[in-house]
Amino acid sequence: MRHDHVITSKHLSRADVETVLDRAAEIAADPSAVADRHAGALLGLLFFEPSTRTKLSFETAMKRLGGDVVDMGSVESSSVTKGETLADTVRVIEGYTDALVLRHPKEGAATMASEFVDVPLLNAGDGAGQHPTQTLLDLYTIRENAGLDDLTIGIMGDLKYGRTVHSLAYALSNFDTRQHFISPESLQLPREVVYDLHQQQGGRTGIREHQRLEAVLGDLDVLYVTRIQRERFPDESEYRKVAGEYQIDRETLEAASDDLTVMHPLPRVDEIAPEVDDTEYAAYFEQAHNGVPVRMALLDLLLSEDGGGSDE
Amino acid sequence: MSDEGDDRSEHELRVSKIHNGTVIDHINGGQALNVLAILGIDGSQGEEISVGMNVPSDRLARKDIVKVEGRELSQDEVDVLSLIAPDATINIVREYDVVEKHRVERPEVVVGVLSCPNDGCISTGDEPVDSRFEVVDDGVRCSYCGTIVREGIASLIEH
Repeated sequence: MRHDHVITSKHLSRADVETVLDRAAEIAADPSAVADRHAGALLGLLFFEPSTRTKLSFETAMKRLGGDVVDMGSVESSSVTKGETLADTVRVIEGYTDALVLRHPKEGAATMASEFVDVPLLNAGDGAGQHPTQTLLDLYTIRENAGLDDLTIGIMGDLKYGRTVHSLAYALSNFDTRQHFISPESLQLPREVVYDLHQQQGGRTGIREHQRLEAVLGDLDVLYVTRIQRERFPDESEYRKVAGEYQIDRETLEAASDDLTVMHPLPRVDEIAPEVDDTEYAAYFEQAHNGVPVRMALLDLLLSEDGGGSDE
Repeated sequence: MSDEGDDRSEHELRVSKIHNGTVIDHINGGQALNVLAILGIDGSQGEEISVGMNVPSDRLARKDIVKVEGRELSQDEVDVLSLIAPDATINIVREYDVVEKHRVERPEVVVGVLSCPNDGCISTGDEPVDSRFEVVDDGVRCSYCGTIVREGIASLIEH
């Protein structure tokens, strides 16, 4: 793997993905082997939007590698409120740390920020754009549960604004997959993303769009559910009507294959009923836990190759 | 030869020949002011500029023509015009003679010319970066947020 920054899953080749997942599997099998590997290294956490899983799993990953984190804290308590640009903020914090993690509400924020820093910068979500480290843990979970080749996956929910969806779709195009996208019409994949997927996959486009889960549920190896957010709809009743059609429970899953794996980037609200949690289908908590070894692997790879001080 | 031949007398009534500088011909009718905007030419520096709009043309039903006295525009400067005036021809004039003539070519990227129409894009805020678009098959694409624009590119020109 030869990347100074991790900005978008579009830039991840199959080989890159496999390098990270293989390393994550090694780390998961024997975490103690890397417990001191990056002692003294510091990771800067720049979260301009709320985060629980992503932020805590990066912090956990860095500490389990023997390193530590410095955290900008909330936007309200930082100099952002004084009008500092993102370009200035990252240039300051890079001087304190060995790598940066950035989440920001604006699309393209990580791309822009990476132009101003030399330490590795990891995109932890930029608006409705990309979330590549989530994608890597998603791919890890898929590989563990269903395998990444000859895979039929359904991705359901808010496909328009869901950055985890966009990132995942790009990365899956490196593998032999059939991708079914299931959403209300108003929340379909952005045309930009469809354009890219067609470009990436050339003539053998393996993507299909649907409005009903029933159309494909029986064929799926993996069902990746995302949250439909209240604020995407003009009023509460419209939201309830639409969101209700994209919720799953035990009854929904009766039509699924016994081997189906159900995933969700979390947090969920009511799109997966709690009664599914105890079934063989549910992999979403395992998925969240995989965030630690996968981010450990990613940090290890980036910090190791950068160890001597990259000039790029 | 330009197709100024047939309608030369028409032109010369409207726009005189220039001494030294650049003539941008065969601009799609109505786009001359956008051409000037892209080139950052607004007359405030005292440049001598002639503009003909919606002039009859053999090749285009109606065309615009822009003449900039005293300035030879480089290929890099004019290639960006291909986005709104793909048929434009560039004539470099010295001592009243056309010494170079070439077409505009589609550039790979366009920097600092168009503003991204996506309000959620980082390039539209106060950050110290120029807008940047990659030129794709049938439009342009923001290098930051990925938004693709196929129509109405002229309306995105930064003024």
